[in-house]
Amino acid sequence: MTTDPNRVGAPEAPPAAPEPQAPGAVYQAGLEAGELRYQHCGGCAAAVFPPRVLCPDCGSTDLAWRTSAGAGTVYSTTVVRGRDGAHNVALIDLDEGFRMMSRVEGGDPAAAAIGDRVGFMTVRQDGAAVAVFGKPVEGDVR
Amino acid sequence: MSESGYGRSLRGRVAVVGVAESDLGQVAPGLTSLDLCGQAAVRALADAGIAKSEVDGLFTASSYFAMAGMDTAEYLGLRPTYLDGSNIGGSSFVSHVLHAATAIEHGLCEVALVVYGSTQRSDGGRLVSPTRPDTYEGPYKPRYPVSMYALAAARHMHQYGTTREQLADVAVAARDWARLNPAAFERGPLTREDVLSARLISDPLTTRDCCLVTDGGGALVLVSAERARELEANGGKAPAYVLGVGEATWHRNISRMPDLTVTAATDSGRRAFEMAGLAPADVDVVELYDAFTINPILFLEDLGFCAKGEGGAFVEKGGIAPGGTLPVNTNGGGLSYGHPGMYGVFTVIEAVRQLRGECGERQVAGAEVALAHGNGGVLSSQVTALLGTADTL
Repeated sequence: MTTDPNRVGAPEAPPAAPEPQAPGAVYQAGLEAGELRYQHCGGCAAAVFPPRVLCPDCGSTDLAWRTSAGAGTVYSTTVVRGRDGAHNVALIDLDEGFRMMSRVEGGDPAAAAIGDRVGFMTVRQDGAAVAVFGKPVEGDVR
Repeated sequence: MSESGYGRSLRGRVAVVGVAESDLGQVAPGLTSLDLCGQAAVRALADAGIAKSEVDGLFTASSYFAMAGMDTAEYLGLRPTYLDGSNIGGSSFVSHVLHAATAIEHGLCEVALVVYGSTQRSDGGRLVSPTRPDTYEGPYKPRYPVSMYALAAARHMHQYGTTREQLADVAVAARDWARLNPAAFERGPLTREDVLSARLISDPLTTRDCCLVTDGGGALVLVSAERARELEANGGKAPAYVLGVGEATWHRNISRMPDLTVTAATDSGRRAFEMAGLAPADVDVVELYDAFTINPILFLEDLGFCAKGEGGAFVEKGGIAPGGTLPVNTNGGGLSYGHPGMYGVFTVIEAVRQLRGECGERQVAGAEVALAHGNGGVLSSQVTALLGTADTL
């Protein structure tokens, strides 16, 4: 909505964009801000990912958003080989206790190995921020 | 849920009395998935000696129709009193055996038809799948479903020292069985080196670690044990009694599978063996859903045929091939017999034929107890069925 400057009386403040509340939207807003968000269960202390409205472990709806420090370990990894080249797909175990699919970036897609320490970053892909991981320099794991 | 006495009252109460395949491999141009359902249904009912007009229970799943129960009932000309279109991927049809047995035991239907058909090969050789990429996996472009199984294989190799050669030996064993099965799609010789030198699809899996893409359909006819004995007394084939079936679903997407080296077959197998009152040592022949070479290794471990981590050694150098320690996938499996999108129904068909002694060159002598195991999704849903001859009741 627009505010008419000639309007008599106190202009209404333009309504603030509502905070995203849908779990998936909160997560994506985090990525857009460069953060890797996950949920922490107040009922059983589980790290919950992907985001949802109840804890899949204990059923509690007491879920609070947290931001991951972004340090993780490669749980498994593969190289998808097709006509358009090869790319890495990996499962990453974040130190906070949740797992996500992602990819390890940086050159050879076959270079990532199970057990490698990796660090979170975002890249723009198809107009959205996407969580990927890079090999941290030695001693740089947060 | 307490599993004490899981399903024990169902043991031996229902039998598979008819099995059949449709045309297989590359079918005549223009045939549809429903045409193949029709072929398989007609042949399975003839195998059972039961008229179509008696079918009052229909159990089906499809990659082509979201509401496959209605499409299939309409095509076959059935008005089922009991209709189950549960779709949990390739394991659906093993699951349907349990659902059908339950419905028959409770008098909800008398003649149950389990049926499946697919023209995946004729459709262009690409997986026909209603699956959409998961929101949290899609951006990374895994190749569904092979990359998910590749991740499991890589983890099993890392954790237990399973080797590329052992994975290859699963494909070689399947081919060696297929060479004894005239209905198998791939019957040429296959060596370990052939598998290892094939093109990588998703590391560490090559094209030869992946199941075939074929056309095909299959059907099962189930009735009460009493009806089965009547049919047999009137010249019908030996019934294959349903001794135990267990289902287990743990996840849908591979990133939510807690441990990629342990599948829900640990639960489905335990439930099936508990219902049957049997143990792995009692099983004479094993039909496992081998969409990829890692599958039989995982399932042999999880079903209790060997310890966790020892599946690679178990399958090595002909361990599951003809003449090996345990006859596994005696039809040639999804790797060499055929894999029309969803393979589960074929594990049951081959199990029944082995119990009947119909398998010619590939027959396992004196088979009394057969295990059929279905896998759905990406190691997501596991269903285990134990079938036995009259002597096992």
